[in-house]
Amino acid sequence: MAKHHVTTTVNGDPVEYLCESEQTLLDCLRDELDLVGAKEGCSSGDCGACSVLLDGRLVCSCLVLGVEAEGRSVETIEGMAQGDELHPLQRKFLEHAALQCGICTPGILVAAKALLAKNPDPTETQVRYWLAGNLCRCTGYDKIVRAVMDAAAEMRGA
Amino acid sequence: MNPQAIGKPLTRIDGRAKVTGAARYAAEFNQPNQAYAVIVSSTIGLGRITGIDPAAEHLPGVLAIISHLNAPRLPYNPHKGGIDPSYGERLHVLQDDQVRFYGQPVALVVADTLVRAERAAAALRITYDAQHPIVGPRDKQAKPIAPEADGRLEADNVRGDPEAALASAAVAVDITSDIARQNHHPMEPHATIAAWDGDRLTLWSKSQFVANEQEEIAAVFGMAPENVQVICPFVGGAFGTSLRTWPHVTLAALAARQVGRPVKLALTRRQMSFTTGHRPRTLQRMALGATRDGRLTSIIHEGTGETSRYEQFIESLTSGTDFMYSCPNVRTRYRLVPLDTGTPTYMRGPGEASGMYALETALDELAYKLGIDPIELRRRNEPRIDESTNRPFSSRSLMACYDIGAERFGWAKRTPEPQSMRDGRLLIGMGTATATYPAMQFPASARARLLADGTAEIESAASDMGPGTYTSMTQVAADTLGIPVGRVRFSLGNSDFPPAPPHGGSQTMAAVGSAIRAACLAVQDLLVERAAANPRSPAHNMGKEALEWVDGHLRRKGGAASGQSYAEIVGAAGGVPVEATVSVARDPEIDNKYSMHAFGAVFVEVSVDPDVGIARVRRALGAYGAGRIVNPRLARSQCLGGMIGGIGMALMEHTSLDARDGRPVNAHMAEYLLPVNLDIPDLDVLFVDEVDPHVNPLGVKGLGEVSLVGMAPAIANAVFHATGRRIHELPIRIEHLLGV
Ligand code: FES
Ligand code: FES
Repeated sequence: MAKHHVTTTVNGDPVEYLCESEQTLLDCLRDELDLVGAKEGCSSGDCGACSVLLDGRLVCSCLVLGVEAEGRSVETIEGMAQGDELHPLQRKFLEHAALQCGICTPGILVAAKALLAKNPDPTETQVRYWLAGNLCRCTGYDKIVRAVMDAAAEMRGA
Repeated sequence: MNPQAIGKPLTRIDGRAKVTGAARYAAEFNQPNQAYAVIVSSTIGLGRITGIDPAAEHLPGVLAIISHLNAPRLPYNPHKGGIDPSYGERLHVLQDDQVRFYGQPVALVVADTLVRAERAAAALRITYDAQHPIVGPRDKQAKPIAPEADGRLEADNVRGDPEAALASAAVAVDITSDIARQNHHPMEPHATIAAWDGDRLTLWSKSQFVANEQEEIAAVFGMAPENVQVICPFVGGAFGTSLRTWPHVTLAALAARQVGRPVKLALTRRQMSFTTGHRPRTLQRMALGATRDGRLTSIIHEGTGETSRYEQFIESLTSGTDFMYSCPNVRTRYRLVPLDTGTPTYMRGPGEASGMYALETALDELAYKLGIDPIELRRRNEPRIDESTNRPFSSRSLMACYDIGAERFGWAKRTPEPQSMRDGRLLIGMGTATATYPAMQFPASARARLLADGTAEIESAASDMGPGTYTSMTQVAADTLGIPVGRVRFSLGNSDFPPAPPHGGSQTMAAVGSAIRAACLAVQDLLVERAAANPRSPAHNMGKEALEWVDGHLRRKGGAASGQSYAEIVGAAGGVPVEATVSVARDPEIDNKYSMHAFGAVFVEVSVDPDVGIARVRRALGAYGAGRIVNPRLARSQCLGGMIGGIGMALMEHTSLDARDGRPVNAHMAEYLLPVNLDIPDLDVLFVDEVDPHVNPLGVKGLGEVSLVGMAPAIANAVFHATGRRIHELPIRIEHLLGV
């Protein structure tokens, strides 16, 4: 079976890759483009570790096919910091110790960024609901919520 | 040592790599020309393979289909790491037609892409001759056995006459409990990339114990250990499941050898439910006898855990009971039920998490029978020494934990009567329980190297599955050498480094931290020799006794001069780095002299919705006495993670097996319930200022396990307080609480 040639944009850069029909966007990012920041925790849409933005919308990249990225724009954790400068969410995650093993962290940061793009001033409950699909086995969560609230406040200039 | 870094809440040194996606985990070391392997798992729970249809071999991209029919016979030389069950023999994978449990690897498909390997694995037809497996300890055909003595744990311990004391006790409780099988389910699935170069094998493999993985794979393949290198700089959570080396590592290496290419093999989330260990289901009886004023007169603890047919997995289920409270008459008994499932393994707080559940819920029930506050009951039975060994505790701050915890939590506001506290229509309950875990320390080694630029490189084959090993070890090295943390670079997760013990049992700080401290001191001694031998050095011809290290400078003892820096000493000797490798084991005298454990007091507030029977944790607080806290920010973080592990154990986690064939019916993240962001309330962690001069030179006891232990009983006790219903089964589910 011939592979598909996909032309897309990842973190603002034009990229191309070859993929198989069943290959997920997650595997294309990780194995074809060596962007390993998005993680595979379940491959069934249940853990959020593979979260990326597709045309600005938060998706589980394990549930998106590589070919579906054709002509669209993908944003991953690798595009979050501006050079050496961390995004406020990344900085607040470090300050609040909102990560341990770090395997869930890229997915949570991408999801949190998507939340703040929609709602710059979320309530704690809104943060908890929004991130309920991002499983973390290590941290105890509370610090994650605090870090997101704190980053939101900073980004609002509050 | 003048602590500048130790005790400071530094942020995580590996944090930047993790928040930017730059940190590389095992599956992320893709190799040129890499092929992909997929394990085919058995779909029966017991029996034998009668046929494998070779048609799938001809599917596009398939490089090999390996099964017992064509796999080479592997040497499987005897090898047991400290982490392997001492009785029984590990699973030999693809070596015969026997199926011992559901999900056992029965074939391996290797193809040039993952998609093609998965396609062929799905197409592979295997026929079986199936028998009926026994997969539950309550099955009538399941027979408990006494574990073969393995020296680590006595199966039966008795002091006094507990039966007679129980029969004559003024007040008694006698309860049984049943705690579900759990899987670790770290968010990173197991994965191994194997690459051969002649007869040398490199494994990028998820492991909490790279030194053991190296030795185990060398034994399986009959190789010299120095020809195997295991690399694992980051572990995406593990909680015990990556301590042993499981069959998939062997399979990855085998596949790579068969197809002559590097091979990546990652387990699916489903496969994480049956081939890589689990917390064994336990059945327990706990009987307590006491005087009217609440002095314990008898404790009888009988516990049974699951194991497999081919290995006896032993955990310290009853150990906490032996010493936790003062009582003249105590009997603990431990049994195993061999089942047709894979071998269980250590899971966060192994043994104590389940055993302390039985003890602490029984104690709560006794408190109600006596009409005594549960904390007061524990205070009345606080022992002066460890009565099971007659050794003093190296330190024990349990009551201090209760005091500061109760104060901060607001325990005094609790009205003891069940169902007496409400918030609108919700029933509110508060519960408390004791946590404990031994302060272990296995032998460990480390290397310290001082470079000409005055920076230090530290190496040890330790792991960091998230608690902050990178950071805390850097703090220890920086303070021992008297230099800023920014001048220390610590590397771990490589079997070429000096060996370290398993990253489990809450001992990494004690074991590896002690080794790093010793290696830093040893390198300082070498530098003193260098300086003394150098005629131009102010320390020329001076002995160690006449010199001292102050803030990373060597000077005459008590002298006013700032002395020579590391860079100056190394530079004067031609700039060749100076290094020392040191192994450290705990002084056996200390083990014989003291009983060494971390302790904690856990407080929980739950709400129970009486209409739908849902219990939720609203607030929880853990107060711990665990020796010196090296990094309060990361220590707190680790404890919070342990506490929610306990919430999962109490209210959600349960790997449910189909009794017909042992198939886990909830082998995915949608139905293996874990706490999510929305489930987790306000959590608080406190540390008692505990100074333990005996346990190790750093005075640390470890936190990873003790922070999970105690949560489940505290929650169950809170549920009783809320509802008046004592649930003796974990997890506590809606059906237990309907109609309260
Ligand atoms: S890997 Fe995509 S949701 Fe879990
Ligand atoms: S930090 Fe390990 S899973 Fe979240």
